Amino acid sequence: MLSPAILFTAVLNGLMTGAIYALVALGLTLIYGVLHIINFAHGALLTVALFAALIAYQTFGIDPYLAAFLLAPLFFGLGYLLQRLVIGPAARGEDRNILLVTLGLAVLIENALLYVFRADTRTINLPYAFEVFEIGPAVVALPRLAALGAVAVTTLILWAIMRYTSTGRAIRAVAKEKLGAQLAGIDVAHIYAVTFGLGTACLAVAACLLLPTYYVNPGAGNAFVLVAFTIVVLGGMGSLVGALLGGLLIGVVESLCGFFLGESLGQIGIFTIFILVLLLRPHGLFGEAT
Amino acid sequence: MKGVGTILVVAALLAAVPLFGVSNVTLNFLVTALIIALAGQGWNVLGGYGGQYSFGHAAFFGTGAYVSAILQLRYGVNAWIAFAAGIGAGALAGAIIGGLSFRSGLRGSYFALVTLAFAEVLRILASVTPITGAGVGLLVKLDLRPEAFQFQSRVPFYWIILALVTVSLLIVRAIENSRFGAYLVAVRENEEAAKALGVNVIAVKLGAMVISAAIVAAAGGFYVQYFLFIDAGIAYGPWISIEALLAPIIGGVGTVFGPLLGALVVKVLGEAAKLVTGDAPGLDLMIYGGVLVLVIALAPRGIAGVVADLRARIVRRKPEAKPEQPTAGHHV
Amino acid sequence: MSDPVMLRVETISKRFGGLLAVDGASFDAQAGRITALIGPNGAGKTTLFSIISGFQPPTSGRVLFEGENIVGVPPHRLAQRGIARTFQIVQPFAGLTVRENIAVGAHLSQPRRADALAAADEIAARVGLADQLDKPAAGLTVAGRKRLELARALALKPRLLLLDEVLAGLNPSEVRDMVPVIRGLVDQGITVIMIEHIMHAVMNLAQHVLVLSEGRIIAGGTPSEIAGNPHVVEAYLGRGAAQRMLQAGAAYG
Ligand SMILES: Nc1ncnc2c1ncn2[C@@H]1O[C@H](COP(=O)(O)OP(=O)(O)OP(=O)(O)O)[C@@H](O)[C@H]1O
Ligand SMILES: [Mg+2]
Repeated sequence: MLSPAILFTAVLNGLMTGAIYALVALGLTLIYGVLHIINFAHGALLTVALFAALIAYQTFGIDPYLAAFLLAPLFFGLGYLLQRLVIGPAARGEDRNILLVTLGLAVLIENALLYVFRADTRTINLPYAFEVFEIGPAVVALPRLAALGAVAVTTLILWAIMRYTSTGRAIRAVAKEKLGAQLAGIDVAHIYAVTFGLGTACLAVAACLLLPTYYVNPGAGNAFVLVAFTIVVLGGMGSLVGALLGGLLIGVVESLCGFFLGESLGQIGIFTIFILVLLLRPHGLFGEAT
Repeated sequence: MKGVGTILVVAALLAAVPLFGVSNVTLNFLVTALIIALAGQGWNVLGGYGGQYSFGHAAFFGTGAYVSAILQLRYGVNAWIAFAAGIGAGALAGAIIGGLSFRSGLRGSYFALVTLAFAEVLRILASVTPITGAGVGLLVKLDLRPEAFQFQSRVPFYWIILALVTVSLLIVRAIENSRFGAYLVAVRENEEAAKALGVNVIAVKLGAMVISAAIVAAAGGFYVQYFLFIDAGIAYGPWISIEALLAPIIGGVGTVFGPLLGALVVKVLGEAAKLVTGDAPGLDLMIYGGVLVLVIALAPRGIAGVVADLRARIVRRKPEAKPEQPTAGHHV
Repeated sequence: MSDPVMLRVETISKRFGGLLAVDGASFDAQAGRITALIGPNGAGKTTLFSIISGFQPPTSGRVLFEGENIVGVPPHRLAQRGIARTFQIVQPFAGLTVRENIAVGAHLSQPRRADALAAADEIAARVGLADQLDKPAAGLTVAGRKRLELARALALKPRLLLLDEVLAGLNPSEVRDMVPVIRGLVDQGITVIMIEHIMHAVMNLAQHVLVLSEGRIIAGGTPSEIAGNPHVVEAYLGRGAAQRMLQAGAAYG
């Protein structure tokens, strides 16, 4: 029996998962918007972040929500170096190469994690993980609410960086007109790396928000990649607002699909949307970024 | 025809290997390497010659494998006929996925993404539907008779996969030497220019996709006969999508022998890794990922490219004046 | 004047968002002639070529090729029906040799690889690329690439050839080499429409000149009529252009 309260809860939960999707997609779309590459290693990097948050908690006893403040700068650095030292030099600006290099990185990272941590699925138990709130007729878990708030804050910070800092202005200049930016004396390789770093930092925050309620295994990030891709495609490649709205929408769709169809079929729902969006809106996709 | 002789000589040399009494372990190694060489050759037709990089060729490997296994198990179809039907089904899957993608104008990263997504959808479907054995997989009944495409010894298997690889080499060589091949390469280099020269770009890509998918499906069908087992993770998992593209990229993308060469290297690397640290999960793929990055960074034309450069250096033909940068970049 | 009309463009318009790149352009191109399409930068000349060759759909209007409306026919079909074009921004198959580049075009009438390659050799000789056949297209000079554009189009054995600034970027002696090649096309029965900024070449080659400005055909006539129309010329090709054209016309008689 479908009570409106259960449905409302499903929608609300979907919104909150969607917020995390949005954050993952934000990183992806940021990188796409500036570097014009699809980062196939995004999911693997999210998994790395999840493991990092896990270790921070289990080994050093750092609460995931605090770990975010530590891991975000750390992952910014990681992303910066990856782009500066590996992806950029290896790809030499050829789209086909970038595709393969980020795929190679994804495979490398994911399987290195599998090798080190094995396939076991791990979770952590936080005392407050199961505290719930009542919002109207719905019941929501505290971590999900926290996630929604944190995503809002992160997005604001990102927006402020893009809008008010000189680096942000440089990023926007490069995104719009790479050659012009270069002529104006902007170090494009540096800006590319900064952007990649920011995108990766988004993943660190997302991982910390996920950890209290989600699980960690070497494929954990993957569940999010295709969803994030879907969102990015849905929202228009390179569009930050699109990523946010798309993330929320997909969260709700998935929650409802899972609710009506069960877990793995819910995933098929996402893939089907993804394929349909790719097939039906390719021109919108191409038009957006250029 | 030029090049055919080389292919036949290589095939004859490889065919002679079992006559020297190699161990079962070695034969097993060679068979698995040749399966990858076959799948890699399939990928090479579309990716190497056509420039369309698929990240989801598992879709065709799995379709070939499952259709063959299901026809045998559930419908009692003869294994050889089931194998052929699997190839046909793979080609059909290629036509459907290719038709949808190319008609929508997907290329470059978008084509890679959509193929990946198709493969994943098939994997999830195969892991939940009863006809594919859902999460358990399918075991082909043991029936060690040649009529059932099963053999006591590994040697006949080796010869069959070698024959399949040889056919794929000949197909690719024939493509290279045909109008279709010229059009395919033209599409890879510059779609707009190809259109202006009367090339039906979508039809050419689609043709390449169908041939590509059929070859990969043959690899899948053979896999089932050899291992007598298939499940969703093997059939539609990312491993085969990755090995199928890794082999030609390591060996030399868009060359006849690249996939064969690359597959041997890939498998040697995998085995070497196991020797060093024992059979740990993830190790081989981890190395493949690293190798992929390294090859792109250091030798983007693969072994074939390195060999060609070395040969050019040895012959000491004075290199011509440095070519200017092309104004039209590669379309991706 | 009695030559049959090979191509008729009827009130073609093309809108890009807020920009009307082609604005109701109409003209005829007679068979067996060289028609020149001139006009300032951004006038819509290349866009018009893209529409005629099927690369872009017009927003409105018709294009009649030998009396038949070809709007909506995809570019490869038009190539098969005898319309060839070159690209203003050259589009070589960069990784292929000159011979392989030309052979792609030759394959339209030569199904066999060996025949297409042989045909490529022959066409390369006609446009002066014979000694570059084994060079990768990426290694050609600007002049070489323009020749390659022309060679590939010729390999299609077209009846209508659209040349988009094949002389731009060439030095005067290279231009001098190309002019007879283009004139020779007509003798082979090819109808040519050429976009060109190099006026003395236009004066020398074309039997009919059309002036396109802001998407509209503002004048048409023989080279000397156009050259003698100082209003048109001054307004759309800039100060002094009329003078230059008259001189160019005089120089070539
Ligand atoms: N695909 C497009 N999208 C948007 N605007 C376009 C597109 N193609 C052309 N334009 C615009 O249409 C106008 C006409 O362009 P076109 O290339 O046809 O001019 P042209 O006469 O060939 O100029 P030139 O002599 O510089 O080659 C220009 O303002 C150009 O910016
Ligand atoms: Mg132009």
